[in-house]
Amino acid sequence: MSDIATNGHITGPVGGTGLALIPRATEKQTLKDFKSDQEVRWCPGCGDYAILSAVQGFLPELGLKRENIVFVSGIGCSSRFPYYLNTYGFHSIHGRAPAIATGLAASRPDLSVWVITGDGDALSIGGNHLIHALRRNVNLNILLFNNRIYGLTKGQYSPTSEVGKITKSTPMGSLDKPFNPISLALGAEASFVARTLDSDRKHLTSVLREAAAHRGTSLVEIYQNCNIFNDNAFEALKDPEVRDDITLRLEHGQPIVSASKAVRRAPNGGIEVVDRAEVPEGEILVHDARNPDPSLAFALSRLDEPAFDHVPIGVFRSVDRPAYDTRMAEQLDEAVAERGPGQLSDLLRGGDTWRVG
Amino acid sequence: MTKQVQQLDRVIIRFAGDSGDGMQLTGDRFTAETAQFGNDLSTLPNFPAEIRAPAGTLPGVSSFQLHFADHDILTPGDAPNVLVAMNPAALKANLGDLPRGADVIVNTDEFTKRNLQKVGYAESPMENGSLDEWRVHAVPLTSLTVKALEGFAISKKDAERAKNMFALGLLSWLYHRPTEATVRFLEAKFAKKPDIAKANIAAFQAGWNYGETTESFSVSYEVKPAKLTPGLYRNISGNQALAYGLIAASVQSRLPLFLGSYPITPASDILHELSKHKRFGIRTFQAEDEIAGVGAALGAAFGGALGVTTTSGPGVALKAETVGLAVATELPLLVVDVQRAGPSTGMPTKTEQTDLLMAMFGRNGESPVPIVAPATPSDCFDAALESARIALKYRTPVMLLSDGYLANGSEPWLLPEVDQLPDLSVDFTVEPNGDDGETYLPFKRDPQTLARPWAVPGTPGLEHRIGGIEKADGTGNISYDPNNHDRMVRLRQAKIDGIAQDIPPLAIDDPDGDARVLVLGWGSTYGPIAAAVRRVRKSGGKVAQTHIRHLNPLPANTGEVLRAYDKVLLPEINLGQLALLLRARFLVDIISYNRVRGLPFKAEELAGVIQDVIDSE
Repeated sequence: MSDIATNGHITGPVGGTGLALIPRATEKQTLKDFKSDQEVRWCPGCGDYAILSAVQGFLPELGLKRENIVFVSGIGCSSRFPYYLNTYGFHSIHGRAPAIATGLAASRPDLSVWVITGDGDALSIGGNHLIHALRRNVNLNILLFNNRIYGLTKGQYSPTSEVGKITKSTPMGSLDKPFNPISLALGAEASFVARTLDSDRKHLTSVLREAAAHRGTSLVEIYQNCNIFNDNAFEALKDPEVRDDITLRLEHGQPIVSASKAVRRAPNGGIEVVDRAEVPEGEILVHDARNPDPSLAFALSRLDEPAFDHVPIGVFRSVDRPAYDTRMAEQLDEAVAERGPGQLSDLLRGGDTWRVG
Repeated sequence: MTKQVQQLDRVIIRFAGDSGDGMQLTGDRFTAETAQFGNDLSTLPNFPAEIRAPAGTLPGVSSFQLHFADHDILTPGDAPNVLVAMNPAALKANLGDLPRGADVIVNTDEFTKRNLQKVGYAESPMENGSLDEWRVHAVPLTSLTVKALEGFAISKKDAERAKNMFALGLLSWLYHRPTEATVRFLEAKFAKKPDIAKANIAAFQAGWNYGETTESFSVSYEVKPAKLTPGLYRNISGNQALAYGLIAASVQSRLPLFLGSYPITPASDILHELSKHKRFGIRTFQAEDEIAGVGAALGAAFGGALGVTTTSGPGVALKAETVGLAVATELPLLVVDVQRAGPSTGMPTKTEQTDLLMAMFGRNGESPVPIVAPATPSDCFDAALESARIALKYRTPVMLLSDGYLANGSEPWLLPEVDQLPDLSVDFTVEPNGDDGETYLPFKRDPQTLARPWAVPGTPGLEHRIGGIEKADGTGNISYDPNNHDRMVRLRQAKIDGIAQDIPPLAIDDPDGDARVLVLGWGSTYGPIAAAVRRVRKSGGKVAQTHIRHLNPLPANTGEVLRAYDKVLLPEINLGQLALLLRARFLVDIISYNRVRGLPFKAEELAGVIQDVIDSE
């Protein structure tokens, strides 16, 4: 259960309980064990390939029984993902994967349940399910592939597209302000929120590892390139010329810096990004993913606004909070402990009865 | 003073008052006393959707009708013999339903100038002769209650609130009801407020004593216990019976029940009831919306649970896409629709049978779904078991169509023997089913039922993917092959159609066997239709009756039955939805009778309609 002390600060180890109820594999697994026999049908050059390969490569490391892993998806390019993994899979309907996964995970704590979704699936049609899954904290891992465009419907702007996006449905530019998925998740009281990048396999894998170990709902935003409809949307984070200056690595207990920049508290009470050379080491903000107060994590999530000049990557927040499925199972146990297991005959005969004849 | 006692074979009482007057509670208690006494009974609560409309107004009137008899009865009764009116609004709202000569017990304390004005009475109907055709008993219920409770350590307001118990006591005296259970009930209900408990019990007894001493009531009535099938009975509402049926389905299938639901009138009581029974291993999930409710239920079904969602019409509309996903993935799922008056929000607390065509066709693509409709409140138990049986055996979503009338109405229920309930156990697939002995084919069907195997996560070697994209027959791989799609469309339809061989044929009730007119019904119209048929037969008319419980697929002999009569009459609380289906399917010219008033049919009304059809022969 929770290791939150009375002062609200975490006292136990970071993460580590998310997989405790899931049976372990007895034999060593390889990437090949997780490849299904289905032909992968994404466009050549799609960022989804890299993510698929990273996930297939990472799953053996978890050491879980393959049959106890389930991938649930909605609709969109990314939602084809489950077909390519040799685990149990459920390709559902647009936006509803978090709801379907909630029912599965809440009734089967012995499963490792992963939701694969995209920016349209999770933040437009499925926005309500996403925020409620996050606040509820069922033991789920939600991987949100954010390519800032609708791919499967051939290129309309998405809820993460920048204002003014010219697309087929917005020839004069899109008008609505985009969601920042990290800010949204933090606002919904998510217990684990992270961001990573399709092309950085090492970082992607390390974030997935932490997400899997987290007990409760984890949300991982993965910047994913759609080379057909929104190519190079995240190029700045990949370009060797600038990426190290732009990327602010979030590592628990470490100063928040890029090669040339650093984050510190601003005079107005918020935070700001400044030249690293100008800040004394002691003034650089040290990342605390375990802080029960989400305010700083939220402030960090706003740093990439509006121009993508500097982008925090990593685990924004990872706090322990009772998982919904755990509490649900406990209530069933408590009910049995108080009054014994239910007997149908007694139930039907409860209340006022009378005998005829 | 010795009072006369008169024997009656049946009585219909309606308690009516302001929403805050406790009429539903009063009705429930009178029902419990009547059930204890051994009468057959049927109830009809009728209340506004507003929790507390402004006091004393017509929209705020709440009523509870109870029909009880010394023989078996089928409906809550057409017109009350007795109306208890707690205020002018209750009198005005219900007077139109009262036959000449009925008793009206009026709480005169509430007939103030202001209260009369609120409902548009220029002068008191108690004083202008407008109530002359009824037997009016003017009883100052409020002040008598307050007087009886002088000296109790409660506020005047609490004393006034006990007036419903005074009325209950008076009616209990009038009809010789046993009172012990009500005293016990009040003690338990107000266990934490002993002063309130004592006051309510005192008011209840004062009402009884008032009946015995006042000259306003010179006669009391006896209704002898009914000769019902021997056995153990309880009184039960449709929603409670449905919840119990779902629990029984979980026990009988040995599958944990997972309910995903969003609160909606008049279905919420099923969620409330199931959430009380966690020691049966039942998980109740109050979702963020209707879509998540059914989604979570379907997710749980994928994991091997008995997945259920409960809702009313507007919720079914929202769940349609997920029900379609359950059709495509061929997973068991129960969708309970407690129908209410529509379209849109309609009249949430009023009953209707208007969701049949939505249940049949309200999804994209060819997506057939079995439909089961209970006939009476207690039948909701059996209908839930039957729906679960079909869902589990055929791996399909099933629509269970209850309605507001069944949900809130109640009747005595002969308790079933648990060891005689059907066995619903399911064999999960645990071994590869491919010819090579290694592969698992998630869409390889049982040749008999056409159901696909159900292998749940956690089963080694059977890892597979399902989803809403068309599947290749057998392998379940994504397929856009035209011929495969045609085949799958037909297979899904054939699977549902085949259930007709696994359900009872229509049973015909025709005592003489020579009726030329058939009256047909489905769902909650069973009671009024059967009561009307009795009336017609009593007056010499010949009519056959049958009732459809399985609306999709229809029983195998449906066409044969429809064609065997000169005329087929089908009353529905819609504009002819089942009639449309039957005409299209069997080319039989059904005579529809339709009223959509948010209320059940009256037996007298239907008897007239049946007689007209007979006479037109």
